[in-house]
Amino acid sequence: MADLDDLYQEVILDHNKSPRNFRAMADANRKAEGYNPLCGDHVTVYLRLENGVIKDISFEGSGCAISKASASLMTAELKGKTESIAHELFDNVHKMLTGDSAGADASDKVGKLAILSGVCKFPARVKCASLAWHTVNAALAEDSRPASTE
Amino acid sequence: MKANSFTADTLRPAAFFDVARIRADFPILSQQVHGKPLVYFDNGATSQKPRVVIETLERYYAAENANIHRGVHTLSERATAAYEAAREKIRGFVNARFDKEIIFVRGTTEAINLVAQSYGRSFLRSGDEIIVSAMEHHSNIVPWQMVCEQVGARLRVIPINHDGEIVMEEYARLLNDRTKLVAVTHISNALGTVAPVKEIIAAARARGVPVLLDGAQAVPHLQIDVQDLGCDFYAFSGHKMFGPTGIGVLYGRCELLEKMPPYQGGGDMISLVTFEKTHYNVLPYKFEAGTPHIAGVIGLGAAVDYLKGLDWEQIAAHEHQLLSYATEALREFPALKIIGTAKDKAGVLSFVFDHVHAHDVGTILDQEGVAVRAGHHCAMPVMQRFGVPATTRASFAFYNTVEEIDVLVKAIQRVLKVFG
Repeated sequence: MADLDDLYQEVILDHNKSPRNFRAMADANRKAEGYNPLCGDHVTVYLRLENGVIKDISFEGSGCAISKASASLMTAELKGKTESIAHELFDNVHKMLTGDSAGADASDKVGKLAILSGVCKFPARVKCASLAWHTVNAALAEDSRPASTE
Repeated sequence: MKANSFTADTLRPAAFFDVARIRADFPILSQQVHGKPLVYFDNGATSQKPRVVIETLERYYAAENANIHRGVHTLSERATAAYEAAREKIRGFVNARFDKEIIFVRGTTEAINLVAQSYGRSFLRSGDEIIVSAMEHHSNIVPWQMVCEQVGARLRVIPINHDGEIVMEEYARLLNDRTKLVAVTHISNALGTVAPVKEIIAAARARGVPVLLDGAQAVPHLQIDVQDLGCDFYAFSGHKMFGPTGIGVLYGRCELLEKMPPYQGGGDMISLVTFEKTHYNVLPYKFEAGTPHIAGVIGLGAAVDYLKGLDWEQIAAHEHQLLSYATEALREFPALKIIGTAKDKAGVLSFVFDHVHAHDVGTILDQEGVAVRAGHHCAMPVMQRFGVPATTRASFAFYNTVEEIDVLVKAIQRVLKVFG
């Protein structure tokens, strides 16, 4: 049975209450918006990308605790990382959240983001956790269309 | 937190409503979710089905299945008779004058699209205006925006006040010579507001403007009389009134339906087809192209029979009790704000917390067995009006109980425990 404590762990509640890097970025050179059309969650991710390295990353928006904490954890994790590491992390986080058979393996490869592994037991909430990741992907790809979880 | 300071008994209505007997008619309600008894408070999204509806569907497929209006064989005649008998039941249910005013569609959404595309595209011109209210479901906004784009008409919106009530003075101001259609909800799905539809219709009819009512949320709570209301179109869905999904109804005044062109072309909606010219069938078949949802129609007929067997005065009293009990109980939470506080309300309670998003509330309530809707309720303009991204909505049906509201209150206490 899915356990609520797996979903709402202290770290997640803390990132929800005090999200890291929660601000607009004036000198961003990449930016993307993400929507979850099912629930109206909305996030904007800002990047300063220099020579393939994420020098700075921030986000704004409104959403549930899971989407906010996931975005906050993501920005903390991606700061200073290269684009290719970011893509690799996206793949592993996605596998972990969707409970892909490689999910258990993937959660070993995502560092602090493993705290989100409980989400896969709540299928209705997977899109909340993945919204920020889809959005950062769009920002890295310089896709000007809003990212969507659909 | 002390949730409520009174007991269920103090609010028990004088006429005894045997909710246990009603609940026994709904097999789904006796199950457990996450090890807790199911508390189904998502009736605004879809209602549960009484056993008689489920058995009617099964019997139809097991013993009566055939296409209608076609075969000369026994089963086809039987299916046709059952299908048309259901139309007559539904005519009686909304008190339409004629069977031919009852058009079967997939649901409220299709009914509104039918009127927008058939009536709207034929009779609206550039510069004409369509009036909707600020508390419409997307299905009573988008079809009109589409037809506005097609013909160059303009959508006007009656504002709602902070309680979620239509501002009638603004409506009077919006009505003018360019107004060619008024389309409003009977009961708001997001707020529970019962719109003053009789006044709205009277003001429009005084100017000769037809009115469509979105009755999706009204049919499970109110007894509908389209002649008494005086509306020109009334759209509703079977699945929200204890019938099957995938079937809905457009009531249309036959004078209007007669002059409207078909919405879709195909079988059953024609009387003669050649490659040069096609003659359309008469009402209601003109609007029922293709093989319809025969089982759905017959199942909806069974739902109507079921509803006719209930005491609606008792149901109204019971639902009123549920709403007032729940409203009082939720007001005990200082961090909780109820969205939608109209004087005339149906059994819908939308609420928000300052610090907890509706999704998180929904997930935690689900763990306690309580099914609610969390989100924008397909009414994003309503969310924008109240400045919230989403709400949690508990919506009641006559099979719900005050004891279930106590479970909701305990589950909300758990939400606040998790989020502090």
